[in-house]
Amino acid sequence: MSDTTMDDKRGSLTNLFTVSALQKVVAFVVLIALIGFFSVANENFARWSNVINILQATAVNGVLGVGCTFVIVSAGIDLSVGTLMTFTAVITGVVLTFWGMPMWAGIFAALATGTFCGSVSGFIIAKLKIPPFIATLGMMQCLRGLSLVISGVKPIYFNDTENYSLISPDSSITLIFPNIEIPNGVFVMFGVAVLAAIILSKSILGRYVFALGSNEEAARLSGVNVDFWKIVTYALGGFICGIAGLLISSRLNSAQPALGQGYELDAIAAVVIGGTSLSGGRGTVLGTIIGAFIMSVLNNGLRIMSVEEQWQVVITGIIIIVAVYVDNMLRKKS
Amino acid sequence: MKKTILVSALAFGATIAASAPSFADEAYFPIISKGFSHQFWQAVKLGAEDAAKANSVKITFEGPATEAMIDKQIDMLNAAIAKKPQGLGFAALDSKAEVPLLKKAADQKIPIVAFDSGVDSDIPLTTCTTDNLAAAGAAADKMAAAIGNEGEIGAVIHDQTSATGIGRRDGFVNRIKEKYPNIKIVDLQYANDALKAAEDVKAMLQAHPKIKGIFGSNEGAAIGLAIALKETKAKVVGIGYDSGKKQKDAINDGTLLGSITQNPVGIGKCVVESLAKAVKGEKLPKVIDTGYYWYDKSNMSDAKVAAVLYD
Repeated sequence: MSDTTMDDKRGSLTNLFTVSALQKVVAFVVLIALIGFFSVANENFARWSNVINILQATAVNGVLGVGCTFVIVSAGIDLSVGTLMTFTAVITGVVLTFWGMPMWAGIFAALATGTFCGSVSGFIIAKLKIPPFIATLGMMQCLRGLSLVISGVKPIYFNDTENYSLISPDSSITLIFPNIEIPNGVFVMFGVAVLAAIILSKSILGRYVFALGSNEEAARLSGVNVDFWKIVTYALGGFICGIAGLLISSRLNSAQPALGQGYELDAIAAVVIGGTSLSGGRGTVLGTIIGAFIMSVLNNGLRIMSVEEQWQVVITGIIIIVAVYVDNMLRKKS
Repeated sequence: MKKTILVSALAFGATIAASAPSFADEAYFPIISKGFSHQFWQAVKLGAEDAAKANSVKITFEGPATEAMIDKQIDMLNAAIAKKPQGLGFAALDSKAEVPLLKKAADQKIPIVAFDSGVDSDIPLTTCTTDNLAAAGAAADKMAAAIGNEGEIGAVIHDQTSATGIGRRDGFVNRIKEKYPNIKIVDLQYANDALKAAEDVKAMLQAHPKIKGIFGSNEGAAIGLAIALKETKAKVVGIGYDSGKKQKDAINDGTLLGSITQNPVGIGKCVVESLAKAVKGEKLPKVIDTGYYWYDKSNMSDAKVAAVLYD
């Protein structure tokens, strides 16, 4: 009985990668089409300095999206990623500015806070059996409030921490290639994406994430410790939120406690546009990165063309709906 | 199906391309404001657009969806710089955090005019702003007079990060401390949107039953104050800031005693005129004080005052 179930799972996993590959291509084609359109529509778009703008604008959302990919592929959702990002930044601010500790302590604090809060979400979902939407909605509000409480409702500046800007806005690559001023945060995003892609596709955690997403009951009956792996999934998502918190606080040289709410929607949009299904069981990190770039290329291109801000949001909304529609169509085909 | 999608996408793209404004030979100034969370900014936009027409320059006026999205404001600033404008207008959401990014524009020799909230830096050629310290001090004077120079009061300030938030808070608090030793500020909360401000005021009224007056430091805070006072029917002196239809109505029906208004249309005009002057190489003063007025039921319809009020 268990043999056939494992074979079915393996077979369906191969199929999943093919459909995912097709969706990746669709998203990639859309991205190229957008870049082509904006390059033609306005000469300022394709300049190198603007490319850097786009890369930098994508970094935080790209990282948040990667974290969400794990959770969404496991058929869960994490609405707290935006405020968790802010919360980790605030804790880093406490460690570095209030307590005056060295930079590595702050970085550790951000990652540890993210992982811990992610685990708490996972625990609430796995052990207390609260649906992910509700659990992470509650977490989102808690973290939002705690960020304001701990920071005293005002930003914590990192002026006392030398080199904090190394995490994001600084461009260390200029030491080797003086003309390529790509901020470090962009490399952090790509690094996170590569590692996450490897974890998702090659590691045991990745296998279990897909298993949870495609058929949780089958996984449970096959002897998989579903509760444990759920908690690990959300903890990993939280860890990645900690990275995002470091990126955004480094870019702003401050922890801004009021920021963050609403950012989870951009992250989920990136995941969905990239071809990952909200019902779980399929998805790729590459798709999420492409989705994040589609959104930032769209925003930047429309800004360069001086289309009003309000329309940018409308167009992004339309793209999300179209992306899910195409996603469903491709699913039916397979 | 695929053909339909392709054709509609092309049509869509063509529409966007056609609707995007084109800037030929006129000077172009992108103006990055704090967004449109308050009608105040619509008035600034109006002033800026009028001045743009009068000076034959082209502007775009934009801002992020909420006043907390500082990184999105920076993305807008970067995109604006990428358009190689002749000048740039900027109202900082965080006067400290955004200074390094202004350096980028300065490096490209783009003249910058700050407005509303300035930045802690010498980079802007001038800052078109209200003297918020003096204006909030005037509000404090009116509050003191209304409560008989003694008693408990509270304040709802719109933020702690921008120059306007800090300026109005300090202006109000310091004036009370210096001139009115018998008045005590028993509660001070931060809220930028009307609903949150309303809840904060209601909590304030509950916690301090002897409170005699409350100050709201911007349009959102003042509207929240008015809502709370109306709903609780508390006999408390309310003083606001800026205008907007709801605030004007509250003053007319007696819920609020009066407010300090800035000159938002004047601020918008000042930004564009200063940029136009900067492009021609004229020197600008470090700060241009666009002025403020106290208004209440008695002078709201005076021509001078009515001109700076907005709906």
